[in-house]
Amino acid sequence: MTKLEAVIQPSKLEPVKSALIEVGVEGMTVLEVRGHGRQKGHTEFYRGREYTVDLLPKIKIETVVSDELVDKAVAAIIRTAQTGKIGDGKIFLTKIDEAIRIRNEERGAAAL
Amino acid sequence: MRRRGLSALLLLGICVCSCAVWAQTTSPDRIAKLEQQVTAAQGAADNAWMLVSSALVLLMTGPGLALFYGGLVRKKNVLSTMMQSFAMMAIITVVWGIVGYSLCFGRGNSFIGGFEHVFLRGVGTAPDADYAATIPQETFMVYQLMFAIITPALITGAFAERMKFSAMAVFLVAWSIIVYAPMAHMVWGKGGLLNAVGGRIPTLDFAGGTVVHVTSGVSALVCAWVLGKRLGYPREAMPPHSVVLSFIGACLLWVGWFGFNAGSALAASGLATSAFVATHFGAAAAALSWSAAEWLHNGKPSVLGGISGAVAGLVAITPAAGFVTPMSSLVIGFIAGAFCFFMVAKVKAKFKYDDSLDAFGVHGAGGTIGALLTGLFATSAVNPIFHDPVSGATLASGVFEGHFRQLLNQFLGVAIAWVLAIVGTLVILKIVDVTIGLRVPAEHEIQGLDLTQHGEEGYMWEASTV
Repeated sequence: MTKLEAVIQPSKLEPVKSALIEVGVEGMTVLEVRGHGRQKGHTEFYRGREYTVDLLPKIKIETVVSDELVDKAVAAIIRTAQTGKIGDGKIFLTKIDEAIRIRNEERGAAAL
Repeated sequence: MRRRGLSALLLLGICVCSCAVWAQTTSPDRIAKLEQQVTAAQGAADNAWMLVSSALVLLMTGPGLALFYGGLVRKKNVLSTMMQSFAMMAIITVVWGIVGYSLCFGRGNSFIGGFEHVFLRGVGTAPDADYAATIPQETFMVYQLMFAIITPALITGAFAERMKFSAMAVFLVAWSIIVYAPMAHMVWGKGGLLNAVGGRIPTLDFAGGTVVHVTSGVSALVCAWVLGKRLGYPREAMPPHSVVLSFIGACLLWVGWFGFNAGSALAASGLATSAFVATHFGAAAAALSWSAAEWLHNGKPSVLGGISGAVAGLVAITPAAGFVTPMSSLVIGFIAGAFCFFMVAKVKAKFKYDDSLDAFGVHGAGGTIGALLTGLFATSAVNPIFHDPVSGATLASGVFEGHFRQLLNQFLGVAIAWVLAIVGTLVILKIVDVTIGLRVPAEHEIQGLDLTQHGEEGYMWEASTV
């Protein structure tokens, strides 16, 4: 089992979500976060004072999938979230030790 | 022959009887009654307008100012900021009823009123002809109360996000008695030193440019200086947490200001109309000039800038509203918007004081420039306020009409407001600091005043846990 953490542009949430469901991903958690990579922030003005905003709004999608699905899920994200410009985001993969379904205490791949 | 004579007699009789009846329908009694009814009708119109104006001015404080200021502070302080305005609505009302109204509008001397109206004694439905001859004195009292409420509330912008609630309450009550009452009396009270009618230094202040805005704005500057900067200022960014709230507040201020300025005509009259229009034009012009200045300076016109400009224009037109033409209002507004932008964007940074919500930059500076411009633009064509004491002929009002001395009078009135505000505020702040303490402890300031002063959070938008 592998955990995918994808930080993407907020405007890409709907296409990415749809694509993941299409390839068979059945569960995910979506977080509203702030962050930046190489993308510079922007300046805002309030009453004559300049503020540099370098933590930009992003969406983070977390989903745990069985190893056979990882490549398809990664491809789905890249296909829908990529624009070619700085700020597209990143995907991180980690190995998961265990997954448990709370409802009926199923474990392993069956719990995904 | 006899029949014709009889008809003539009958006709004469009818004529005589008709004359008698006609005389009765236009007797002096009926005319007097009609005159009474006309006066009552005018009084009813005036009273209706003044009650509405009173409500409009209160709306300016709650929720106008509460929203305007609330949106400008950080999220953790939104409630405490609004509470400061709300507290004034409650506390000043009591103080006003007990002693405030009497100190402002009682007879007293040229500097302060007397005690004849403590506990609102003698304030009822009968008009006080010295102030407003066609409305109940009680209406006049409650209208003025709304001014007494918003003036200290304006000062809260200077010490937002760091002042103790208890200290603020004590300070502002003392301030309204020691600074506001004398200023209001001098400018508007019967026999006041600065009263346009009869004062030794007749200052033209239609709705409170000096009484409300200069006093509160300058006091705000003193407060900002005495209390010191917020932790992290100016290094850390502290942008408004909700320009949306500030926008709504500013629009409520604009609309409410019609009660503030046009209501100061104290009647539903042509002068009220004139002040209404001047107010609106001043706001519009200032919004444009602040936005233009910002567009040139920063490259983009911000919403916060636009609404700040409008408020600056409303402040500046306040002393002028009932004395100037609509076109002059545009000029006054245009100047005020640019001037206040300069004060807020440049002067504040240069002198490094933390006037958190620009109470001085907008109200102190806007009120000062507005009062001086009033001296220039006031015209007797709009409001024949000055009369020759012997002949009764109307005299020129302002400098452009030929009354050059008026600019000096305005300057003196403004200077007195500055001195009274500075001295009064310093003294009261010192006493409150020594007894209660002015600032919250640093950990409380970091946590936020909503939680530490009021035990509340402004927004609990996380998912419900029930």
